[in-house]
Amino acid sequence: MQAVKKPSLLESSLKDAAGGALVTLALAAVMIGMKVDVASGRGAELFIEYRWFAVAMAVVVVFAGRLVMNLFFWRTDNSVAAAVSGLMPKSKAGSGLGAALKPLLLIVAIALPFALMFWLGARGSRQYIDLAILVTTYVMLGWGLNIVVGLAGLLDLGYVAFYAVGAYSYALLAQYFGFSFWICLPLAGILAAFWGIILGFPVLRLRGDYLAIVTLAFGEIIRVVLLNWYEFTGGPDGISGIPRPTFFGLEFTRGEGGFADFFGLDYSSIHRIIFLYYLILIMALMTNFVTMRLRRMPIGRAWEALREDEIACRSLGINTTNTKLTAFALGAMFGGFAGSFFATRQGFISPESFTFIESAVILAIVVLGGLGSQIGVVIASIFMIGGFEFFREFEEYRMLVFGLLMVVIMVWKPRGLVSTRAPSVSLSKSAKGISADLVQEGHG
Amino acid sequence: MSATEPLLKVRGVETYYGKIIALKGVDLDVFEGEIVTLIGANGAGKSTLMMTVCGTPQARNGSIVYAGEDITLKPTYEIMRTGIAQSPEGRRIFPRMSVLENLMMGGMVAGNDHFEDDLKKAFDLFPRLRERKNQRGGTLSGGEQQMLAIARALMSRPRLLLLDEPSLGLAPIIVKQIFEAINELNKNDGLTVFLVEQNAYHALKLAHRGYVMVNGVITMTGTGKELLSREEVKAAYLEGGRH
Repeated sequence: MQAVKKPSLLESSLKDAAGGALVTLALAAVMIGMKVDVASGRGAELFIEYRWFAVAMAVVVVFAGRLVMNLFFWRTDNSVAAAVSGLMPKSKAGSGLGAALKPLLLIVAIALPFALMFWLGARGSRQYIDLAILVTTYVMLGWGLNIVVGLAGLLDLGYVAFYAVGAYSYALLAQYFGFSFWICLPLAGILAAFWGIILGFPVLRLRGDYLAIVTLAFGEIIRVVLLNWYEFTGGPDGISGIPRPTFFGLEFTRGEGGFADFFGLDYSSIHRIIFLYYLILIMALMTNFVTMRLRRMPIGRAWEALREDEIACRSLGINTTNTKLTAFALGAMFGGFAGSFFATRQGFISPESFTFIESAVILAIVVLGGLGSQIGVVIASIFMIGGFEFFREFEEYRMLVFGLLMVVIMVWKPRGLVSTRAPSVSLSKSAKGISADLVQEGHG
Repeated sequence: MSATEPLLKVRGVETYYGKIIALKGVDLDVFEGEIVTLIGANGAGKSTLMMTVCGTPQARNGSIVYAGEDITLKPTYEIMRTGIAQSPEGRRIFPRMSVLENLMMGGMVAGNDHFEDDLKKAFDLFPRLRERKNQRGGTLSGGEQQMLAIARALMSRPRLLLLDEPSLGLAPIIVKQIFEAINELNKNDGLTVFLVEQNAYHALKLAHRGYVMVNGVITMTGTGKELLSREEVKAAYLEGGRH
């Protein structure tokens, strides 16, 4: 094999880059270099504007870009992709970290508003607590969807529909009957679960892609109905003046009988924000708690088994329809809870908040976090939603960065950030999580 | 139930896949305490018969009676709760769940009362599984996965165990182990076994009685020994496979 002298990496890369530059020159000379324009003022005469500098730029960019790609990605054995994954913590280290990470995250989550208040004051911390509320809402949504997608393995692209049902349930019940948040919260959850079952009955015979398409359609149908049923939902105008939640009957208002007055504090609008933060935190933790408990119960194990092999489940005497329905309904219920929280936080909702991109973001959180992993959802939400907000100033590059991040994660960890599945039960204490790296998708 | 009444009675069963007929009127009996094997070539309808007993697909004509009860049109999950357990073709264990979790899934129908005992029994039958109880199902070898599939089926405390090609793709020594385990279950616990096999020689040696299926029809029946000595069986299912 050594007989043929292999050109050196630099030499071949330079040749290739030069070739690319030449092609660019040929194309750019015509497409960029000459621009036909209409001369103004001289009777709309056509003339050609020459832009050789732009051509040169294009050629240089292609040459340099191709050279870099050749040197570091395409032609070398130790590509940067490998180098990147070398830099990242190994999954072993991750699992050791994971044990400490959960309580740490919980403490941070609980202490967050006070820490922020301490450092930044009421005025400065407001936007960060708002962001934390947003992130926590997505954590809750991610955990809810994780039941459906991560545990039961039913690809749901229309999860936002249940979020919308929850939000509109509260808004409409408050508007028409004047119910308070605390009465509506369970009602919204029940209604969302009910819609989950309604949708589930006909479609759960479908699998995989087909189920995904039907749920996608369902998500859109709900939004379109909300948009067009003007008399009932207000259509595109949305519903405003949704009542704020109260703290055991205490409203967050200035003056007598308010929250601040009752506890002898100075009135500040930050109280309500902090209250909302703890409210969603508790709701999210409830979601997590219920999910974790169910995972250890037969029904949760049946969900996971269903994800693995439906035929085997049936041959073990499991009623697959009911099992799927419970997963669907439960996931929908948590979506509904989150929706009614969203409504009470915003005070205003319209169908615009429940577009497909929301479903996509929630699903991305679940997938990036690692299907079925609760902690993965938290990390993914912090990165994605937090990242979204931090890149808000670079509005036009936001999606670019988002896309790049997705690609990097999918190259580095194709099965999500936390791909290790801990068995829900074990006989000995030494039972370890089984890393997904050991098992290929589809081969067990 | 009289002694002559079979535990599983299949009468004139016809099963279709769409318009294509897969079983053309099958009669078959499995008596309590027996090992009955069904052999036949690829595509003869062996697995279809087993799946029809389980209710997916359901028989279009004919009847399937188990322990005096007509189960022809019952949904699968109800059939699997009447004391029938199945180890499906291709094993179909849950690859990302641990061995223990796989066994728990098998025991779901039986409830929690006997779980510890059943687990011990399963581990005694296949000691390899005890060593690997916390290991992910998908990381087991083929033979271990087959053991797991059988153990999982046993966790529901069945009276009738349906086994679909347990020897598929396994080394001869593992096949021997598994067939010995089946024999043990039958002898010691009186478990009734209905075994679908391509490995005709081993299956007929093990079974009390056997059926031969060709193109969706039962063409021969007799005791295992009888069938083993029949020239047609030898020619079609034994000699060819032992070059």
